[in-house]
Amino acid sequence: MAKITFIQHNGTEISASGVAGMTVMETAVKHQVPGIDADCGGACACATCHVYIEPEWKEKVGARNPMEEDMLDFAFDVRDNSRLSCQIKVTDALDGLRVKVPEKQF
Amino acid sequence: MTDVISTDVVVIGAGPCGLFAIFELGLLDLKCHVIDILDRAGGQCAELYPEKPIYDIPALPTVTGAELTTRLMEQAKPFKPHYHFNQMVTSLEKRGDNDFVLTTDGALEFHCKVVVIAAGGGSFQPKKPPIPGIETYEGTSVFYSVKKMEALRGKDVLIVGGGDSALDWTNNLQPIAKSLTLVHRRDEFRAAPDSVKKMRELVEAGKMQLKIGQVTGLSGADGVLSAATLKGADGAVSEITTNALLPFFGLTMKLGPVADWGLNLTENLIAVDTEKFETSVPGIFAVGDINTYPGKLKLILSGFHEAALMAQQAFRYINPGERLLFQYTTSSTNLQKKLGVN
Repeated sequence: MAKITFIQHNGTEISASGVAGMTVMETAVKHQVPGIDADCGGACACATCHVYIEPEWKEKVGARNPMEEDMLDFAFDVRDNSRLSCQIKVTDALDGLRVKVPEKQF
Repeated sequence: MTDVISTDVVVIGAGPCGLFAIFELGLLDLKCHVIDILDRAGGQCAELYPEKPIYDIPALPTVTGAELTTRLMEQAKPFKPHYHFNQMVTSLEKRGDNDFVLTTDGALEFHCKVVVIAAGGGSFQPKKPPIPGIETYEGTSVFYSVKKMEALRGKDVLIVGGGDSALDWTNNLQPIAKSLTLVHRRDEFRAAPDSVKKMRELVEAGKMQLKIGQVTGLSGADGVLSAATLKGADGAVSEITTNALLPFFGLTMKLGPVADWGLNLTENLIAVDTEKFETSVPGIFAVGDINTYPGKLKLILSGFHEAALMAQQAFRYINPGERLLFQYTTSSTNLQKKLGVN
């Protein structure tokens, strides 16, 4: 189990427990975290599960994969710490992960 | 001029469930016209994951979205469905028992006895980037698609995006625009290499500008855009003069006009029964991802099952009093004739 905190645009924090092997997006959807739309259901095909990784977690979460990099073209306000949460697998090492949810996915 | 088309059944949505509905209705001799907002069949399979494998279609251990679409179209082909692409159904009215009128934004009018809504997650519509105030310029200075190129002649055109739509329109509009700027968040493009090459040649020839960054703000007055604010990859902020902004950020699904058709909805899904998959309005059915009922699973295979049961009731509406004989395709000469295999 890994605790993942989703920080809403207005500052509200929602914590969810992620199971290793699931993705951060699935964890968010399971806990009905607002702002993670995940239109395509995790196929890395829609860019509606865009999150910003908090700086202290950026390295541990790792880099974008090439498909995700392409798909981020469909996201709005992409920053250095932008990731698609469907491409981040939950591991025990990510216990405590904090990510920001954009104001709007689109 | 509105063209009027009369048919047994109108299927809204040419995704996998809509396509299989044609087949099931066809086995019962019901003729279909199929309407879809995309320019081709397949729905989400075509738009979201054409090349990604699906692993839970019975008897097909792995199949891509595109291949599933091709196979379903082939399966429906003997029933000669009529497809109407690039059309959104804007209104659906009931004139009487099993007498419906549908109109599309492409000026088509359909008269039919049964309607099958297989619209999945709703209609695909262009993503609108949440740039503050963008809505005040939509239709006047901001366009999500190009209907008439001539309308952009002599304009300071700003295109945002890195896919095929962005690059195709960059190359097509450059000769007629007063100036053209392409903005993309990185110096890599998903678009076809040919069109990227052509764009780079235009940049080198000084005929257009390419800027790496993201549009963060707009300025103008009375719905007319005058400039866009660009935040460069290095964080530097600059202004681009423009009176025509074309953002190409792909498509998203919106429920759309379905919400206005007087059907009972549950959390933006159409409530149906599990015997006939009929909505609160007799004669209007809903199959696939767009419907809901206790225990609903949003799987393609659920939509296939729903389509088969829906067709039984559709037959009864269209052929009142006629006996519906249940037949298997393996043994029925009659069905095999319809399929053109006997």
